[in-house]
Amino acid sequence: MEKRVVFRSAWLPYALLAPQIAITIVFFFWPAFQAAWFSFQLQDAFGLKTEFVGLRNFVELFKDPRYLESFKITALFSVLVAVCGIAVSLVLATMADRVLRGALAYKTFLIWPYAVAPAVAGVLWAFLFAPSVGIVTFALRQIGIDWNWVLRGDQAMALVVIASVWRQISYNFLFFLAGLQSVPKSLIEAAAIDGAGPTRRFWTVVFPLLTPTTFFLLIVNMVYAFFDTFGVIDATTQGGPAGATQILVYKVYHDGVKSADLGGSSAQSVVLMIIVIVLTVLQFRFVERKVHY
Amino acid sequence: MVENRPWLTFFSHAVLIAGVVLVAFPLYMTFVASTLTLEEILQVPMPLVPGGHLWENYVQVLTAGSERGAAAPVGRMMLNSLIMALAIAFGKIAISIIASFAIVYFRFPLRNFFFWVIFVTLMLPVEVRIIPTFKVASDLGILNSYVGLTLPLIASATATFLFRQFFMTVPDELAEAARIDGAGPMRFFVDVLLPLSKTSIAALFVIQFIYGWNQYLWPLLITTEESMYTTVIGIKRMITGGDALTEWHLVMATAMLALLPPALVVVLMQRWFVKGLVDTEK
Repeated sequence: MEKRVVFRSAWLPYALLAPQIAITIVFFFWPAFQAAWFSFQLQDAFGLKTEFVGLRNFVELFKDPRYLESFKITALFSVLVAVCGIAVSLVLATMADRVLRGALAYKTFLIWPYAVAPAVAGVLWAFLFAPSVGIVTFALRQIGIDWNWVLRGDQAMALVVIASVWRQISYNFLFFLAGLQSVPKSLIEAAAIDGAGPTRRFWTVVFPLLTPTTFFLLIVNMVYAFFDTFGVIDATTQGGPAGATQILVYKVYHDGVKSADLGGSSAQSVVLMIIVIVLTVLQFRFVERKVHY
Repeated sequence: MVENRPWLTFFSHAVLIAGVVLVAFPLYMTFVASTLTLEEILQVPMPLVPGGHLWENYVQVLTAGSERGAAAPVGRMMLNSLIMALAIAFGKIAISIIASFAIVYFRFPLRNFFFWVIFVTLMLPVEVRIIPTFKVASDLGILNSYVGLTLPLIASATATFLFRQFFMTVPDELAEAARIDGAGPMRFFVDVLLPLSKTSIAALFVIQFIYGWNQYLWPLLITTEESMYTTVIGIKRMITGGDALTEWHLVMATAMLALLPPALVVVLMQRWFVKGLVDTEK
């Protein structure tokens, strides 16, 4: 789509674009280019000498069992976050769409966690589940579950999933509610007249119409789980115990900043960039079909 | 409502109330913990009702920080967070509104190229280029400064898209009329386009304020001096490791201080917040 009426100037558009383009080049393109460049190099332990090694960093990366493990953990983590978050929010949104009284109040009380920083969300839940002082830990112990996420990998994973989902519920909820409110009432009435009960109506009429929203949220939640949950992990488990919650983004940070392995970390950055590109393309291809301009 | 089913309505309310309670539970426990002493928290199980140390705990963290972890006052950190959030929100809005004005209202060589340059930034979040970006910041000498905290984060494809989308819906007749009346492009931008964009700007402001306030990885990388910590980083630095060693009452007071400003923005500007969320995802 193009504007019919435009202004003419030889220099003004460039001047208007300059700040954005300058920042983009200095802080986005140049670093991304460098990451790609470093990923083909090997640095010695003292950072004195670098040597061009081609694809060796990538080969080493995919031979490293810990990296492959991190891939599996990331996949498990993002699927859990996306599926749990979507399921819980869909239930809440369907209920909120039904009730007339107090709808706004419910909405207000459900959306505020979006404002909580992932790292802070991590701290809140880590406190509730803290092995010795946590109130939820205490409750779990009463019913015979020994909870200690500092030592047990599966429980650490549960903790970071809960904290990540909790923060994302509000976002999913708002999109589902908007989706539900745009389902034509006449369709639901027609189904009701044909004798379909609320459950039947939901699965045969409403849910199919929500498929675009669900798919969109699935991708957004995956991206969220891949990148934005860094704060949750760093504030709680820091990838532990024994790498049980070390998602890819955390590993890039850990290897690059804590272990100063420039080549390896850069190769991981490049792999991540490819993942983001795939997810972004998916999201946009799909959004194009959903929104009609 | 298609039919009246009292039991289903009752059930819906029950589920929603359970949801609200579950979502609010961590916040409530955080508030309770921030009003207790450390000794009270350490007894198992900890009390479920607020204690009487609210004032002391908050004054302690705001003016002096924690005792065992980072000893920087949280008051200073909140100021840093506020500066960062406002600078990012205003900076993003300012540079992307003029960039999309150029892209929509002018024809010039390389227009599409510039549009793609901006678009591609969507695919390069900080998380995937941590170390090189840190290097650039350190070469420019902007570590531990407000410029370093904000400048690298204010280029944003989403804001540019949002304004582009909005400008597309502005009737051509307005630009035509302005031209006939002899107004130049900047005059048109300031007198016509900016007033029309008010709602988009408000919506974007809410989203970007939250984004800026909640930044974690970038401040973690480039702030090493306590005086430049943001609140979110401050909490992390207060957790010294080890359940019993952490001064939970102070950590939780800081957590309350870290989450209240953005939560208030969301609740009080709910309309703009919802609009901003939906618009930025188009």
